[in-house]
Amino acid sequence: MTRTPQTSFLGRIDGDIAGILLLAALLIVILPLGLDIFRLNMVGKYLTYAFVALGLVLCWGSAGILSLGQGIFFGIGGYCMAMFLKLEASSPEATKIQSTPGIPDFMDWNQLKELPWFWEPFHSLTFATVAVVAVPALLAFIVGLAMFKRRVGGVYFAIITQAFAAILTILIVGQQGYTGGINGITDLRTLKGWDIRTDEAKLVLYFVNAALLIGCILLCLYVRRSKLGRILVALRDKEDRVRFSGYDVASFKIFVFCFAAALSAVGGAMFTLQVGFMSPSFVGIVPSIEMVIYCAVGGRLSLLGAVYGTLLVNWAKTMLSESFPELWLFAMGALFIGVVMVFPNGLAGLYQQFIAPKLRRLTTRRTDAPVAGAPIIPPHTAAD
Amino acid sequence: MFEGYSLAELGSIFAMQGFAGLILFSVFVLMALGLAIIFGQMGVINMAHGEFMILGAYVTYLCSTFISNYAPALFPAYFFVAMILAFFASGALGMLVEWGMIRFLYRRPLDTLLATWGLSLILQQIFRSVFGAREVGVVLPDWLMGSVAVTDTIEVPINGLFVMGLTIAITVVIYAVMFRSRWGQGVRAVMQNRVMAGAVGINTEKVDRYTFGLGCGIAGVAGSAFTMVGSTGPTSGQLYIVDTFLVVVFGGAQSLIGTIASAFTISQAQSTMEFFLSGSTAKVLTLLTVVVILMLRPQGLFVLKVRR
Repeated sequence: MTRTPQTSFLGRIDGDIAGILLLAALLIVILPLGLDIFRLNMVGKYLTYAFVALGLVLCWGSAGILSLGQGIFFGIGGYCMAMFLKLEASSPEATKIQSTPGIPDFMDWNQLKELPWFWEPFHSLTFATVAVVAVPALLAFIVGLAMFKRRVGGVYFAIITQAFAAILTILIVGQQGYTGGINGITDLRTLKGWDIRTDEAKLVLYFVNAALLIGCILLCLYVRRSKLGRILVALRDKEDRVRFSGYDVASFKIFVFCFAAALSAVGGAMFTLQVGFMSPSFVGIVPSIEMVIYCAVGGRLSLLGAVYGTLLVNWAKTMLSESFPELWLFAMGALFIGVVMVFPNGLAGLYQQFIAPKLRRLTTRRTDAPVAGAPIIPPHTAAD
Repeated sequence: MFEGYSLAELGSIFAMQGFAGLILFSVFVLMALGLAIIFGQMGVINMAHGEFMILGAYVTYLCSTFISNYAPALFPAYFFVAMILAFFASGALGMLVEWGMIRFLYRRPLDTLLATWGLSLILQQIFRSVFGAREVGVVLPDWLMGSVAVTDTIEVPINGLFVMGLTIAITVVIYAVMFRSRWGQGVRAVMQNRVMAGAVGINTEKVDRYTFGLGCGIAGVAGSAFTMVGSTGPTSGQLYIVDTFLVVVFGGAQSLIGTIASAFTISQAQSTMEFFLSGSTAKVLTLLTVVVILMLRPQGLFVLKVRR
């Protein structure tokens, strides 16, 4: 019958959309109603990591490129936003006690007399917003161009990106006068005169963040559904065959790497806005590899899984480090090993293996009941 | 950056920094040798390699405390006992890990990377729970203290000389084991063609386990040597792991000579620049150069020509 594949295809589409609606309901209705502003802000912070996890689902899950340097892009995005906010916070009036008024406080502490040239354009919000996406994407493009054109991949790519994360951290920490050093860029106050530290602002930013995240999920879904998405999967599984079929494998890889970088950077910028500072501790090797585990726990093949995975791991991290700090690293280590050895497809894999068949059985039993001759209702409409 | 130094001073600076670089080089070589065997020969990414090294360092620390408390007469020689114990402790743990984890993941190198990272987190926390978060140092026996004055301006510390001697000795032993012994021949056969090696009667699983154990054991010895020049903390291993991976990749993953050459280049560049620039700038420049060269020449400096 021709009907069966079509139904399952439709069912899959609707399954994804239904899942996104469910997530949207959770993020936009249930969590804001159920949590106080402190916890909600925390969830907002976790959700910024979900942008990184989404990028990894495309980059690692779909295309098989494991980048251990997503923290770089998260950090650059965050720093671009932080630089704008910092410049706004250090107006000459606000910083008149410094020996050089009008420059950020940490520059003054490091005996800088004037604003470095690369800080100048960040007076403009438009420039900063463009830079949030453009700078990481450009960096990813250069790295991707150099590596993928030479057919460097797999483990080597992972190690090189990790080295970049290390380099950037050392650079930021070392160049204290220009970057704020190990403390990062702190004491951010207003966005175009709007105080981002109030509870109200945090609530608004949370919703902006959630909406952006849903938008990014839809965008990723679109990429995955497109022909491009299928080529990515193909080059993950049999790179040579894709190459011999006449596709320029490197360009596809560069694209997906840049896309993932831009997504991470959006997350970083939202992080800065919601948390109020940016520091090298979100750039280096350790945070970068932790971001991979968010994606892995949720399921490296599932966009929605990655979001839930991020929320779950971060929630567990907060809970465990609040009550049993010494247990956290054990749990994290066990998570890494467990995800890899026992359930490589993460939560999404478990869902598809155990819960989805049961749901399907429930819905089919209901639709089996009507008398023969009655119009057959596709199972998914019942779920909607 | 050279202004204000006379030629003779510059010579001494380069000699002294060169020597400091040689000590760094020794630690790099010892760590990288183990990694080169595990990564280069077996293709396994062991992110917990640094923790195996730190295990060796803690074993040495325990050994020095134990001997100075219970057998002070043997104290001058404790290091040799400690080194052997460190080798076996790290090696045994390595074999256990291979048996329990790595052997299921040979076909999934990226997953091995994540799993061993998890292992490294667990080991770090165990070290922290057992030995505390503070760094510990060993007391050196008298004969390792002090320095030798080569000229009026150049002084060479004895413990550095000892570590270098040790590195040379261990390198020679590893070379002999890998390239001159029947066992090493088996290892190389398995790595070059697993199926064929199995067909001629080599127990490939056993070879895998012992090779991994050997690599980890060498890391333990590296940790033992590390205690002579620095103090040991639960996270010291993590500081070195990226550098070490770069050393191995830079040298060309399958070539032990390449590993040594690249360890030499990287450590010398870093320590010479450290004197003139700040430590962090030197490190950034070194790492960046290595990464850029790797982008231009992904196969590394030395390539082993093997038909696959």
